[in-house]
Amino acid sequence: MSDAITLPAPHVRLGSSSGQPVTRRDGHLKVTGAATYAADNHPAGMLYAVIAVSTIARGRVTSLDVEAAKAHPGVVEVITPANRPPLSLDPDEKVGLFGFRIDALQNDRVRYARQPIALVVAETLEAATEGARLLSPTYEVEPARVTFEDGEAYDPPAVGVGAPPNFAKGDIAAGHAAATHRVDTTYETPAQYHNAMEPHAMVAEWNGDHLTIDTPNQAIVMSRALFAGYFGIPPENVLLRSPFLGGGFGSKAIMNGPYILAILAARMMQRPVKMVLPRDQMFGPVGHRGATQQHLRLGMDAEGHLTALEHNAVATTSTFDDFIEPAANASHNLYASPAISTRHGGVRVDIGTPGPMRAPGEASGSAALECAIDEAALACGIDPLEFRLRNYSETDPASGKPFSAKALRECYAEGAKAFGWAGRPLSPRQMKDVQGRLVGWGMGSAMFPCPMFPATARATLRSDGTALVETAGADMGQGAWTALAQIAADGLGLDVERIEFRSGTSDLPDGGVAGGSGHTASAGTALHNAGTDAIARLAEIATADRKSPLFGAGNAGVEARDGRLYHRGDETRSESYADILARSGNASVEGNGTGARDPKDAEERAMFSHGAVFAEVKVDPDLGQVMVTRLVGAFAAGRIINPKLARSQLYGGMIWGVSFALHEEAVHDRRSGRIMNADLAGYHIPVHADIPDMQALLIHEDDPYVNVLGVKGVGEIGVTGTVGAIANAIWHATGVRVRRFPITLDKLILDPGMPA
Amino acid sequence: MNPFDYIRPASVAEAVAAAAEPGAAYLAAGTNLLDLMKVGAMRPGRLVDVRHLPGLDRIETLSDGSFRIGSMVRNADLARDAGFAAAFPAVAEALLSGASAQLRNVATVGGNVMQRTRCAYFQDPASACNKRNPGSGCDALEGENRTHAVLGWSGSCIATHPSDFCVSLVAFDAVVEIVGPAGTREVPLEEFHLLPGTTPERECVLEAGELIVALRLPSDAGRFAANQRYLKLRERTSFAFALVSATAALDIEDGTIRSARLALGGVAAKPWRAHAAEAQLQGAAPGVEAFEQAARAALADAMPSGANAFKIELARRVVNRALLLAAAGTPERMPAMPASAFSSVPGVLSHV
Repeated sequence: MSDAITLPAPHVRLGSSSGQPVTRRDGHLKVTGAATYAADNHPAGMLYAVIAVSTIARGRVTSLDVEAAKAHPGVVEVITPANRPPLSLDPDEKVGLFGFRIDALQNDRVRYARQPIALVVAETLEAATEGARLLSPTYEVEPARVTFEDGEAYDPPAVGVGAPPNFAKGDIAAGHAAATHRVDTTYETPAQYHNAMEPHAMVAEWNGDHLTIDTPNQAIVMSRALFAGYFGIPPENVLLRSPFLGGGFGSKAIMNGPYILAILAARMMQRPVKMVLPRDQMFGPVGHRGATQQHLRLGMDAEGHLTALEHNAVATTSTFDDFIEPAANASHNLYASPAISTRHGGVRVDIGTPGPMRAPGEASGSAALECAIDEAALACGIDPLEFRLRNYSETDPASGKPFSAKALRECYAEGAKAFGWAGRPLSPRQMKDVQGRLVGWGMGSAMFPCPMFPATARATLRSDGTALVETAGADMGQGAWTALAQIAADGLGLDVERIEFRSGTSDLPDGGVAGGSGHTASAGTALHNAGTDAIARLAEIATADRKSPLFGAGNAGVEARDGRLYHRGDETRSESYADILARSGNASVEGNGTGARDPKDAEERAMFSHGAVFAEVKVDPDLGQVMVTRLVGAFAAGRIINPKLARSQLYGGMIWGVSFALHEEAVHDRRSGRIMNADLAGYHIPVHADIPDMQALLIHEDDPYVNVLGVKGVGEIGVTGTVGAIANAIWHATGVRVRRFPITLDKLILDPGMPA
Repeated sequence: MNPFDYIRPASVAEAVAAAAEPGAAYLAAGTNLLDLMKVGAMRPGRLVDVRHLPGLDRIETLSDGSFRIGSMVRNADLARDAGFAAAFPAVAEALLSGASAQLRNVATVGGNVMQRTRCAYFQDPASACNKRNPGSGCDALEGENRTHAVLGWSGSCIATHPSDFCVSLVAFDAVVEIVGPAGTREVPLEEFHLLPGTTPERECVLEAGELIVALRLPSDAGRFAANQRYLKLRERTSFAFALVSATAALDIEDGTIRSARLALGGVAAKPWRAHAAEAQLQGAAPGVEAFEQAARAALADAMPSGANAFKIELARRVVNRALLLAAAGTPERMPAMPASAFSSVPGVLSHV
């Protein structure tokens, strides 16, 4: 016997899997084309459905030539408001926290361009497409309203997903009055559309009152109940299969009309139906990021400390539902100011309802805030990094609560060092490269909250020493299958190769929502807890079994690693899982876990991921062409389960930031209300050659409060900070402050501050 | 899309006969036509597939030193043809700045000449468009027209021709070889595309059934080989059409411009040859002064057709820069990012 003191068992023991840069487990399937996406399913007897959409943005459909469509060879049915069977839920009602009003042919009203106005079902995709065209709708047209000026302003009762629209701390008027330096500035961001590589798709098949749907979905079990609700069947009658998603970015967490219509068509026809949205229909009924106008007023004392931070945002939403991009909330939790005031306004326009799009509110709000902070630093004559350090918040500015962990200072330091920020000239137009191009450096702070969604998981240790772990998680391409399997392996004390990981279908334990950058934390915690639960049950069996070397280890306890249980007091006493199970006569032992945060920690702590992004741009002084030449981001997001996948997510977010800063904009024709660039040739996102050498530094951060794993999220934070960093770098290069995104070259060359 | 007949002729003569029917259209790679059919902007009743016609896929050097390029030669193949790229580096550069690598691998040079405008109102069947539906009006005139024409437009149509390739071709006096029901003929590329006037639906001189079988580039253009560039301004580095582009070529001897070639893209319904500017450059010393003067001359007749006045100023600067780049000399190797204002940034990645 050892006489050493046995330390109490650590709360969490993570083995060798978490923290490893494991290559994504679904990679081979995806690069070889073997991964089955929703639209790859072809059940026998399947029909094709195509949505006919409106070409006007407001009015009424007065006629549809259903006869012509039905006369087209191959067309078997046309569904219009005249013959659409009833649904069990009213499409104009909002159901649940993430409920949205949808367009499911409830009447002849048209509320935005590319709204569904009919569904054509045919034996082939081509016939259904031509059938939809042959409907030749006529309309009673009312004038479209798609701009801030044309829309109807209102005070939204809530912003984002149920957040209060206004916030105030301290005396904002006094803060402004006390200021030595002031910034008063307005930024605009355009409507942006998610445009995942995989468009929305649905393959629906009924068997009596049981429904099987193959469809990409970010909230599998939650969505199952909503699908069931529209058709008046119990949730367990719906099997939703979503093993792979070709991107979601928020749009695949939200219900939409076309999905309900496709399922309805399958029920009407008593045959399986497939519907895949063509690219242009991604610009309408499936959500987007609403346009914003953001007015910021900042006051600073003589030393550059904020005395007032006021952020007022107006965002567009549809005429029939509310999703207000919560942009001003980006000013709540980042910079220390004795007075903070944020307000939101809404403007109703004739567009499809916006929804959550990667970093909803944080992306657009950070873009404006980080530019305003850059303006504030200049007003004070202080380096932008130094200005941010002077306004560093040690506690959450909004609530006054301590942070669960905040390594932003380290992000600033490491990012600046890697970038080479020191020595940056304060004034613009000071740096040129050898070809005479203007060079500018800019930075932005990154921040994102750490929500967790209710999640459950099941872990089953099997007699052969392997384990099955199950949770209905969603791999949108971010690598959830891999990171979650790593966590599950550690929870079970097994090598990841001995784990069979099942995910992506609604008959599994609810894995929560792959959104809010909270999937790894939520589903991961559930998987970890399921694993430790299974191990606890196995330990009960072993320690109660006289034939086991672990018999009587009750007080000291056992530890699980490498497929064996070890006596904590005596490492020479151990037994493999397989042996324990074989002797016990149990074929397996099952554990269950939930993923939730300690409510006390949730109440007492403010929880965020942080980061700092540094950008270098070069601008052709005559032509205004911009190239981002370097991007360095440093991010502190708690424990990193898989650094390879985490970096990829951060790169993706930073690339999204390039896209936001320089490229993305839905262009509406103001008269018709139609989006005129509703395809990937016209709606620009960056190409490879637009993306510079990037670095994403993972800054060490131990967060003992955020959850049992110490895991935050990395899915969205990369967008924040990056947009501002690029915009600020363009100002630094040119002296031109473009306040309307995207920053295109015409906005630069015509500015009087940019002499030819 | 609408049902259509698909015909795969075995010879040019068969193709011409098949395409002379009303509602017929030639199909090459289909990179533009099929997109337009899918959105309903074009609805041909018959597609005559000319990809497999014998003899149209050759790049030939003729005895007089001129090049003859079969119309079914793929863009990428022509750009990577060493002999051609050495003789006409700015043509190769224009080709490699167009579309994307995937599209260039299938798109044909004949199809490039025949591609349609990317005006969003032309592509949208719900919009009024005199080009697509003569007499219906032009929704671009009062619409989103930031990228539309500043030269040669009319009250009927303000669309631009989207090609990069054609800009360089027209600079070097390319000739279009045509076979039709009435026999063969040749048309200088500069006269091939038509300005809109009151008939914007008539985009080129081809009559029903006529087929482009080859493009020819005359040998005397070779004297510009040492000093020529194509420069393309666009809103992302690949897979974007030109806001403004220019091909500049100079024949310089003893510090004097003996002859100059200049053409602009993205500014008009046709690739725009700037003869007046060329004349001004002749005999001048290469340099900023002469180039700025030429740039002003090239845009002397420009008028905004909407919210696009910036394109006139941008076009002047692009012309000036293209001339400076040409004067600096044709690069020894194709730039990693062809035609980009950033083509010479060290360390910039080479994948477009």
